[in-house]
Amino acid sequence: MVAARETLEARARILRAVRGWFERQGFVEVDTPARVRSPGQEVHLDAVAAGDGHWLITSPEYHMKRLVAAGLPRIVQVAKCWRADEWGPHHRGEFTMVEWYRANEPLETLADDCEALLRVAAVAGGRDGAARAFEAPFARTTVRELWARHAGIELTGDEDAVSLRAKATAAGVALGNAEAWDDIFYQVFLDRIEPRLAATGPTFVFDWPAPLAALARPKPGDSRVVERFELYAAGLELANAFGELTDAVEQRRRFEEEAAVRAARGKAVYPIDEALLAALPRMPPTAGIALGFDRLVMLALGVGDIAEVASFGDERGA
Amino acid sequence: MYDTSDIRKGLKIMIDGAPYTIVEFQFVKPGKGAAFTRTKMKNLLSGAVLERNLRSGDKLEPADVETKTMQYLYADADSFIFMDTSTYDQVGIPKATIGESADYMPENINVEVLFFNARAVGVSLPNFIEQAIVETDPGFRGDTATGATKPAKISTGATINVPLFINVGDVIKIDTRTGQYLERLARA
Repeated sequence: MVAARETLEARARILRAVRGWFERQGFVEVDTPARVRSPGQEVHLDAVAAGDGHWLITSPEYHMKRLVAAGLPRIVQVAKCWRADEWGPHHRGEFTMVEWYRANEPLETLADDCEALLRVAAVAGGRDGAARAFEAPFARTTVRELWARHAGIELTGDEDAVSLRAKATAAGVALGNAEAWDDIFYQVFLDRIEPRLAATGPTFVFDWPAPLAALARPKPGDSRVVERFELYAAGLELANAFGELTDAVEQRRRFEEEAAVRAARGKAVYPIDEALLAALPRMPPTAGIALGFDRLVMLALGVGDIAEVASFGDERGA
Repeated sequence: MYDTSDIRKGLKIMIDGAPYTIVEFQFVKPGKGAAFTRTKMKNLLSGAVLERNLRSGDKLEPADVETKTMQYLYADADSFIFMDTSTYDQVGIPKATIGESADYMPENINVEVLFFNARAVGVSLPNFIEQAIVETDPGFRGDTATGATKPAKISTGATINVPLFINVGDVIKIDTRTGQYLERLARA
């Protein structure tokens, strides 16, 4: 099934407008490998095998960080990414990511970028009223605020999984057999918080708890949270940003911890990206972000199903 | 036991001790977290709709429910008596269990009876039934006001609002979900 011609034309206009915006901001567009030996080690991201010990990237972040470390301070990439078994109205196993990095700039600048890009996309999409829905500034809140307001839970970020489970149970959340910190967190998030976010305008959610640090650095002054935000708009999780961790020792510890969890759950364990770890000490303080391009098009055009904005939305390919 | 990969429309599972059937489901994967299945399900006993986000890895207990096509035969003091159309076995279901469905359940109609742990717990009627009018006031010739209706009784004793031109003995089509008159199928 080929998508509607008007949709594909709008998608092309949005992509051109997004690229033009990055060019005007002085970004260099890069093109890093899609077939790698070390895809993301994250527990809940499964890579698609690409033969001969290689995998398709789940995100271009490792190679892009190596470019930042090598001295490119502002880079952007429009990259195809693949994630095994992710299919739904907001997920495709093969999708397009816009990922960019700003060296020597704070995380907040990336939020400003998002505000500008949503507007650029809405205008290029050409849908009546879409641009007005994305007037800056967007709301900015924190994970702790959302938990307190919508779930009635005081989340600190340094409680262990047992105590988090007790807090969630006391708040009436049905947790099933969830025992891992992140599983408990996301059950509360989906049941209590995400539906409320879907009903508000675009919102940045800052200050994620340390157990969900991924590749983010601890926040100065409060190490129970990390420098990370997510952008939600119209029920879509649109972007995830980090103040990038440049501490190679801490990053190795996190990779090894994630690899151990993957092994314990019977998942494929990928080799640790030694080239990335070797590059991190040379990387300046950097903020980096990934934004789902297909979802950006959905948002700009007011489309509810990601398959409608892909040229062959019903074909699953790899 | 089922897990989330077994979820599909119509799957019957136990939640908090009650049987539910899946009405809608959707893959979701928040943040960098695990995959969940956002599920909307209906309580087969109460009809109440429940939304649950089931994490991949959650185990789901199958519900022991079964539907059988049965013919409604007659009512006694406190039960409706049905016959299994394949085995000819008869079972009684308490009137309270059938509730308002009885209004649109004329004798000899085939219905789907729901059994939970081998006990009949509810019936579902066909969406439409055809019934003859057994009692209604005569219509007034020449009254053409559009949308005007009058009450009319069918064999079950239920009263339906019908257009003024409907007479005793006319056969009409009724939507059992809303209790609404749809059309006249035959004149007396």
